[in-house]
Amino acid sequence: MRFVLRSREPRWLGPAAVGVAVLLTLALTAGPIRLAGAAPVAAFERYLVTPLSTPNGVAEVLLSATPLLFTGLAVAIAFRVGYYNIGAEGQFLAGAMATTLVALSLPDLPAPVALPLGLLGGAVGGLLWAFLPALLRRRAGIDEVVTTLLLNPVAVLLLQGLLNGPWRNPETGFPDSASFGEGYEMPVLFGSRVHAGLLLGLLLVAVATVVMAATPLGVRLRAAGQSPTAAGFSGIRVGALQWRSALVSGAVAGLGGSSQVLGVQHQLTGSLAVGYGYTGVVVATLGGLSALGVLAVALLLGDVQVGAQSASIALQLPSQMGGVLTSVLLLTVVAALSVRRYRLTRLTRLRPAAPEPVPRTPVAARPGGD
Amino acid sequence: MTTPGTPLVELRGITKRFGSLVANDDIDLSVAEGEVLALLGENGAGKSTLTRILYGLSRADAGEIRIGGRPVAVDSPADALAAGIGMVTQEFSLVGTMTVTENLMLAGSSLGRVDRRAARARVVAAAERLGVPVDPDAVVERLSVGERQRVEILKALIGECRLLVLDEPTAVLVPADVDLLFASIRRLTAEGLAVVFISHKLHEVVDLADRIGILRRGRLVADLPAEGLDPVAIAALMVGGSTTAAGADDEALATAVGLDTPAATPDRAPVDTTGPAALEITGLTLAGDPRPRVDDVTLSVRAGEVVGVAGVSGNGQTELVAVLCGTTAASSGTVRVGGTEITGLDPAARLRAGLGRLTEDRRGSVVLGMSVEHNLAIEDLDRFRTGPFLSRRRVRAHAERLIERFDIRASPADPIRSLSGGNMQKVLLARAIERDPTVLVASQPTRGLDVGACEYVYAQLRALRDAGSGVLLVSEDLDELLGIADRIVVLSGGRVVGELAAADATREALGVLMTGGAEARAERAA
Repeated sequence: MRFVLRSREPRWLGPAAVGVAVLLTLALTAGPIRLAGAAPVAAFERYLVTPLSTPNGVAEVLLSATPLLFTGLAVAIAFRVGYYNIGAEGQFLAGAMATTLVALSLPDLPAPVALPLGLLGGAVGGLLWAFLPALLRRRAGIDEVVTTLLLNPVAVLLLQGLLNGPWRNPETGFPDSASFGEGYEMPVLFGSRVHAGLLLGLLLVAVATVVMAATPLGVRLRAAGQSPTAAGFSGIRVGALQWRSALVSGAVAGLGGSSQVLGVQHQLTGSLAVGYGYTGVVVATLGGLSALGVLAVALLLGDVQVGAQSASIALQLPSQMGGVLTSVLLLTVVAALSVRRYRLTRLTRLRPAAPEPVPRTPVAARPGGD
Repeated sequence: MTTPGTPLVELRGITKRFGSLVANDDIDLSVAEGEVLALLGENGAGKSTLTRILYGLSRADAGEIRIGGRPVAVDSPADALAAGIGMVTQEFSLVGTMTVTENLMLAGSSLGRVDRRAARARVVAAAERLGVPVDPDAVVERLSVGERQRVEILKALIGECRLLVLDEPTAVLVPADVDLLFASIRRLTAEGLAVVFISHKLHEVVDLADRIGILRRGRLVADLPAEGLDPVAIAALMVGGSTTAAGADDEALATAVGLDTPAATPDRAPVDTTGPAALEITGLTLAGDPRPRVDDVTLSVRAGEVVGVAGVSGNGQTELVAVLCGTTAASSGTVRVGGTEITGLDPAARLRAGLGRLTEDRRGSVVLGMSVEHNLAIEDLDRFRTGPFLSRRRVRAHAERLIERFDIRASPADPIRSLSGGNMQKVLLARAIERDPTVLVASQPTRGLDVGACEYVYAQLRALRDAGSGVLLVSEDLDELLGIADRIVVLSGGRVVGELAAADATREALGVLMTGGAEARAERAA
């Protein structure tokens, strides 16, 4: 038996592969859940269904999904053109820090000025954090996977340095910044904790979807990502597109950080560095690098995150089990999507080693190629 | 050991098909102990396929390999090595950061204890057999190409090798290394080793070979002693002179696909010699190591003219086309299209200047993951814009129009990767011709296509020429060049070594120029 690359694949194969991956994930995580002393079915219900059963739960899911929407979209934008930005984490934090800089420098601005200015600061911060790796890639061909990744801990250390130094809270002495002025409070929706950052994220998803599907730029971006050589041959400036996408990607991640401090924390704290950027890579990959896919996966992961808290309270499951679930899901989906490109065939052997001289006989042609 | 007279290795009735293409057609060939067999033929004649089968890299559809009179199954290189067949391919497979000894130990791949001292001694012994000094402790990446090739040969010899296969061993070598290689081969054959080698350089073949096998379109058309043959006679055999049966075949084929015979004067408007040339290449050079890949090429194509570029594969045609298309930057020289200089421009600006391209790398010219309609529109997406949006309707209409006009067997939304080679070529032709180019650079436009598709491509190229565009046709198929070109220039070693009007060109004359026979004759005269 051996794997052979499929020449054409039926339409149902992609969704079927994802379905198989989900079933595999449930099967694989049932073991650890059992070991942790809970019934798998009850746990899956807690993870996936319980959060969506109350209005408050739904609001929490939306709140959890909001930062992932930004970082997932940021990663997808870059990956789509073949620029592997693993630095959404750093860019997210840089955006939050830049917004904090604006808010602490100009504390008394009214909301109509303060919010756009704060968000703009966030976008610029993320863009600047993405600038150097993009420049190194463009001018010197240095691999962006390494440079963007290595800038992440730099951003975390900068954040901690600022919070323990110049931005230490003057009132409490804790390593948190002072609370922002009232003008910097993002409006909330439906009287819940969900804030306008979600709307901004949805707007970006809509814009990205339209650009990719219905503009010349979208076709160029797809061509540059899928086959850079052919795109370049057709007159598309692949390097320039990657450069611009890298900066836009940084700006979108920065907006995510900005929306998080303006909408949820109203101050800069160390708890911001919990891996939204890294999770963004998962969201983008699972979402197939499409904006709508990012939206769906961000909501799913938000659901599991909220569910994990509920499961840890109700079933005494460690809250890390939610992370186990999403990680296994990532592995199975990526594996299933790769394996579906192959089909299994029986290996046919051309001719046995003939021990004795035999008269020349043509051997029947084998079906298919090598 | 075999008794004298019995061939060491025999190929019997080897046949290999790739789809409708017959790469090897019922080939019988043998090589005796101590004999050097040279395999010759144009590109695509089936030489590489045959040696790959011999070394177990491909499997024949029919036929058998006999060693010392007994049939053996050679299904993998491991089988070949076990049977005493070693091969040095054109791409070397050495680990650059390891020493010569370490590389040879990898090839031995025996499990168990690693005996470095013994391995080193074996390298020294093998190098002695070769008659060339090889430093067993040298790191491979610091070695010259010639030295690396010696290491590859050592690797092949280190087992119980009785037949050594060399695929174009001299293509990458400088003359001094070629002499060393030939000395080594002579030394090895004196010990009884049999050698099969592929070459395009006829004077080398005459120098070294005991016997010559010539392949043409997958068939063995000659198998004769090298004694008494000179390069010109071999060239005539290779390209199928009109006296041979193969030549007659070709003329029949040429008629079948609707080619003009070389002598026929096409009935069309005279070439425009007044305005600026459609394509003007001056002193174009692409540096390379050790020699330039494209060397001071100057040529022009007038409007309404087809200029053919002939040459054996690997003599700068691919690089010339890459430089013209803008995917590789020239080292020096200029290129003008219809009076506009395009030397330093990017592909988009070249397209605007009126350059059309049809390269040999079809699958590299389309975005395989996209639909036919997007691939047809991708060179000028802005033309299909309504406001900021891409008009799906106009992209679709454009594709439908071209599908109709160029008889492409596909619908606009089909993924282009699902198209056959011929249909993909039609898409590329449509994309290039639809822009009404000042000059079309077409490289190997019919390679791998069936007869019907070839005929179609020729018809389109002629129609383009008759409409007043220039065409630069780069091809290894002499029938094709003789059939549609008005003039033919010959590239050898990246240089233009000759130019013939189509009316005066013959296969023999072109073959001699292409294979460096002219050089050999000049050398002999000197």
